[in-house]
Amino acid sequence: MADTTEHHQLEHAPHVHVTPLWIYIAVFLALAVGTIVTYLASLVDLGMWNTPVALIIATIKAVLVILFFMHVIHSTRLTWVTVVGSFLWLGILFVLTFADYLTRGWSLFK
Amino acid sequence: MTTATLHDVRLSGAASDRNYFNDEYGALSWFLTKDHKRIAILYLISVSVLFVIGGFFAMMMRIELLTPEGDLLTSDTYNKFFTMHGVVMIFFFLIPVIPAVLGNFLLPLQIGAKDLAFPKINLLSWYLYMLAAGIGLIVIVTGGVDTGWTFYTPFSTQYSNTHVFGTTFAGFIAGFSSILTGLNFIVTIHRMRAPGLTWYRLPLFVWALYATSIVMLLATPVLAITLVMLMIERTVGVGFFDPALGGDPVLYQHMFWFYSHPAVYIMILPAMGVASDVVAAFTRKKIFGYRFVAFSSLAIAFLGFLVWAHHLFVAGISVYSAMIFAFLTFFVAVPSAIKVFNWTATLYKASVSWQTPMLYIMGFIGLFTIGGVTGLFLASLGLDIHVTDTYFVVAHFHYVMVGGTVMAYLAGIHYWWPKITGRMYPEWWARLAALLVFVGFNLTFFPQFILGYVGMPRRYHAYAPEFQVLNVLSTAGASVLAVGYMLPIFYLIWSIWNGRPAGKNPWGAVGLEWTTSSPPPKENFHETPVVTWEAYDYPGMMKAMGETQHV
Ligand SMILES: [Cu+2]
Repeated sequence: MADTTEHHQLEHAPHVHVTPLWIYIAVFLALAVGTIVTYLASLVDLGMWNTPVALIIATIKAVLVILFFMHVIHSTRLTWVTVVGSFLWLGILFVLTFADYLTRGWSLFK
Repeated sequence: MTTATLHDVRLSGAASDRNYFNDEYGALSWFLTKDHKRIAILYLISVSVLFVIGGFFAMMMRIELLTPEGDLLTSDTYNKFFTMHGVVMIFFFLIPVIPAVLGNFLLPLQIGAKDLAFPKINLLSWYLYMLAAGIGLIVIVTGGVDTGWTFYTPFSTQYSNTHVFGTTFAGFIAGFSSILTGLNFIVTIHRMRAPGLTWYRLPLFVWALYATSIVMLLATPVLAITLVMLMIERTVGVGFFDPALGGDPVLYQHMFWFYSHPAVYIMILPAMGVASDVVAAFTRKKIFGYRFVAFSSLAIAFLGFLVWAHHLFVAGISVYSAMIFAFLTFFVAVPSAIKVFNWTATLYKASVSWQTPMLYIMGFIGLFTIGGVTGLFLASLGLDIHVTDTYFVVAHFHYVMVGGTVMAYLAGIHYWWPKITGRMYPEWWARLAALLVFVGFNLTFFPQFILGYVGMPRRYHAYAPEFQVLNVLSTAGASVLAVGYMLPIFYLIWSIWNGRPAGKNPWGAVGLEWTTSSPPPKENFHETPVVTWEAYDYPGMMKAMGETQHV
């Protein structure tokens, strides 16, 4: 736990990698700050940006959890492919579903 | 047999007495087993029971449809019967059948491993399957469910007074069984291949299972979420799909088919894998265009995710997205066609052995092609509107699911039966059954294409009198088909005790599963095999055999 040099983290070691405690604390604090910012942002009317801002903060928090709490940052390339692939598939679900919703109002014949 | 060479494949060495059947005795040795082969047997028994239950509902519907009047079943009962036929056959038979029975048994054997990567998770997936099937059976005996296997809202959330919650809960649990199997297969294929067994030396059945597993992992969670949303809306009234609560019923269809179209490929991809292995073994040739066949499985797995809204063309979706989905659906036909053309090219100028597995696979190729091509009819926007919710759709997906998946499963179970049990099935009876299945299948479902095209709607217990002749033909076919399906149950069980001992490799087939004894020992291989040959190296094996004969 004493060894907190940056080089240590960059090492490509999928087997046993002990993450120093301060990183967990820092990530936890970042998540807490994110929650507070989400709450504060909800008090301000940003017009059409209300949902995007909330989603951006939520995405940043999710990425932090995946990278550090789920140890993906120290994982193999295959794990990265798996994680990125899952989000890509979530993207397919969203994009092609919205391809319907967003164009439903367009009229073919005027 | 330190390094299994090509020669060993053909030699039927002295079979060791110890195998996975007689290694341990007692009920607990089965119910707590971690052996993938025993778990495959547990699955084999369970899916067979569920198949008979699903078949019962089908038969009752066909008997009802002998006459135009609704005389045998009330319309409510008929609704329940077609729903439970669909739920049982799809969630409890077609999805698990090839991966969980043949895949479980063969994957470690084909890659030279002692077991799957996570044996306990493998057993857990069977228990989850049994829990789901148990809930499904309770639903059936306590009054059933009548929504159709697709559980469309708003009927399922607001109007149906049958066991929608129990059935969707069962589907939710069955999904986890499927996810765990997929996870297990992917890790096993990545990490546990024998030395020398590179990706391009893998049997195409393994490639097919790999593609299937990816679909299981990426699609099934969406089904789970969708069913949970449905259950929440039905029980506590949170609005996801009800417009009065701010939801949208078409959203349910989007999410349901995001899983259920890829689920078609969960059912058909392993069948294609069986076809490749069997075609190679019975033509004694390498599969033509091995890499194209391998990668077409992955292409199908990917493209299969981009076509789901072709089930929604009349549900009120945007015309623009309908056009995109129609185009993408045409696209997914390409890798399927690549496979069919490559199997056909493998058959070209081959000397084919017409044993039972090959008979089934010839049926599979023809029937799957008809099912696939009529799928393109349905993907065409204009024609789809004409035949939506008619028997044309029913005929189409039975050609894919029954003519495709069930035919290939029967091919696979006959092809690997000697490996699973150490005994040969009776060839004459098996060929008779294959013939009955083929004739009965076409007689059942071909008339339904015509019925649908001339306008007979599906999901009614009564119909206009002019449709009767074709319906009688269809019911007659269903009786033949039922006999064809019952026969293997009897003669396969009979063969376990009375069949001719099979030896290591009764087909003279190439593949690691044929290098170990039949039935295999608990640990599959006494020593880890080392692979030095390409997949389906029949030319190499024949050459090697020729050389040994000259000596
Ligand atoms: Cu589809």
